Amino acid sequence: MVKRFLVLLVLIFFTIMIIPLITDVQPQTELNSLAKKYVKDGSDELGGANLVTSVIVTYRGLDTLGEVAVLFIATAGVGFLLRRRKKALSKPVKKRESSEILQTGTLLLMPLILLFGVYIFLHGHLTPGGGFQGGVVIASGILLSFLARPQSELNHTVLHTIESLSGAFYIVIGVLGIYLAAGFLDNRIMPLGDFGRLFSAGAIPIIYSLIGLKVGSELVGILDSMQRSEL
Amino acid sequence: MITLIIVILGILMIAGAVMAITMKSLLSSIIAAGVISLLASIIYLLLAAPDVAMTEAAIGSGLTTVVFLYAFSKVKAGEEDSNG
Repeated sequence: MVKRFLVLLVLIFFTIMIIPLITDVQPQTELNSLAKKYVKDGSDELGGANLVTSVIVTYRGLDTLGEVAVLFIATAGVGFLLRRRKKALSKPVKKRESSEILQTGTLLLMPLILLFGVYIFLHGHLTPGGGFQGGVVIASGILLSFLARPQSELNHTVLHTIESLSGAFYIVIGVLGIYLAAGFLDNRIMPLGDFGRLFSAGAIPIIYSLIGLKVGSELVGILDSMQRSEL
Repeated sequence: MITLIIVILGILMIAGAVMAITMKSLLSSIIAAGVISLLASIIYLLLAAPDVAMTEAAIGSGLTTVVFLYAFSKVKAGEEDSNG
């Protein structure tokens, strides 16, 4: 009874706290000064056709670095908790063969899905999407092959090499920005090029490709340890 | 018109959330949670945020559902082992 009363009290407290957020919402008629600067100068300064990407990768590049680091820690945590026991390794587990339709469909679809993922992060500075989205699409392609061939073994060395190299190069490009341009993760270490072309917007496509590879390999690592764990 | 669609999608999302909590089988709850993300990504698309919509559709309704399903199958296998 006391417990219920306390729960009710907490609920009422939260409602009182949240009500001003709903009632005091003022429709904004114009952008605030920071957003106005991004919208006005963003495409001229950075040369990216997709302003969202320009903001994420350069103006707020440090946040993106933090997000990638969070994802890395999550992957490391999952890999640590679901690591394979030596004992379980010795006895092979029998897994059901997947159906013919899935296997044949995977052969056809997986290259296309991987290509689509690469397209998304290569064109991150031109069209919606970018490293994170492309990485997840790549991971879902690999997941399809996991489902089609449950017995297949993933080459962990390649996976970990891709992940560490792309992470390291991300930092290297960021530090290069300090010496060659205005600051950390500045994309103007390379020529901005023609607006709207694939090779434009300085280092943004390179940074986003590295993020895409890193996110993709990290998520594949999570899926792999989820699938293989003998818990 | 857009506002009406967004309100309907929001109501569907709340219904999905209630279903995810009240469903008897865990599998249905996981699917309902995935549907919420899918509806959210449609709302993001209508609100002209295609970048966020892609992330939500790929991670929220795709990868998270799969990870939950993997975890669910592991938990189920453990239950069968301890019972039999």
